[in-house]
Amino acid sequence: MSVLECRDLTKRFSSRTALDRLNLTLPAGRIVGLLGPNGSGKTTLIKIICGLLTADEGTVLVDGHAPGIEAKRRIAYLPDRPAMGEWMSPADLIAYFADFYPDFQAETAAEMITRLGVPFDGPVRALSKGNREKVQLSLVMSRRARLYLLDEPIGGVDPAARDFILRTIISNYNQNSTVLISTHLIADVENVLDDVVFIREGQILLHDSVDNLREQHGKSIDLLFREVFA
Amino acid sequence: MQWSIHDDRPIYLQLMEQISLAVVSGRYQPGERLPSVRELAASAGVNPNTMQRALLELEGMGLIRTQSTTGRFITDDAEAIGRIRSQLAEARLLDFLTAMQRLGCSPEQIRAMVHQALAPGQPPQLTP
Repeated sequence: MSVLECRDLTKRFSSRTALDRLNLTLPAGRIVGLLGPNGSGKTTLIKIICGLLTADEGTVLVDGHAPGIEAKRRIAYLPDRPAMGEWMSPADLIAYFADFYPDFQAETAAEMITRLGVPFDGPVRALSKGNREKVQLSLVMSRRARLYLLDEPIGGVDPAARDFILRTIISNYNQNSTVLISTHLIADVENVLDDVVFIREGQILLHDSVDNLREQHGKSIDLLFREVFA
Repeated sequence: MQWSIHDDRPIYLQLMEQISLAVVSGRYQPGERLPSVRELAASAGVNPNTMQRALLELEGMGLIRTQSTTGRFITDDAEAIGRIRSQLAEARLLDFLTAMQRLGCSPEQIRAMVHQALAPGQPPQLTP
């Protein structure tokens, strides 16, 4: 069974159509890049999948479940901007996540946060933007979810941390789960992706494996993206 | 091991080439056990499925063998390694000849230059 199935998804915001009869199916065991320019519908799509927005038309199934508690159990979501209790320390947040999610691996999270060099005890409020992102991503990747939805996971962190985070994503997902990463930093992520999905004006323009596309076009996904969206 | 992934070609082909080079150059010894797919993928910063594909192709070429319970090993078949070495060398040779032709060198000139370069005491010297 596919981990994610979106059929004819449409979402309008007043007069603007954000998603336009979008179809997308993702099998298990893939790391997929959701790539598109600003305003193409990436965040809207992710928010509909995780149940923060409802579609006007169409259906979403995560592991066979429509948005709701069963779907949410299976989704680990990294929002486009950090959303954590600002007064909590990373240590508090780990305890909080452990309490909330049965699939949360507290030791994994603690190890990641330590390796990323983020102080463990002070409140998140006192951390830099990059360090907050690192904490949030560590928490999300420490769940044993079926579908990881990462909305711009590496936007605010330095290149060394970016490498560490990507390696963490590679080594933390398993063959039963799928990772959907939305980003515009294509060159940084393309080596870790199985597949890419190009999204434009709320529709899927292309969905193929990175190696197929490189073979067909003789260029990196980054260059292909610049051509397609020029 | 050091990996470098370039823009122009499929990633699995580049991984295959770099692992082959590591075997031919002795960085991986015949019969040596390879790290797990996941470890190799993390060290190269690539997707595990891509690394898996590269390893499967190398297995098809006889450079790697899989023992179902204990993992993947470099072949200890010296002939297979020799074959891969010739293939890699031929590809380099072809690149070299193409580049020389583009520079406008005739086959005779190329032959003479290679001959001279390989002669003892003549610059440019090959590093031993």
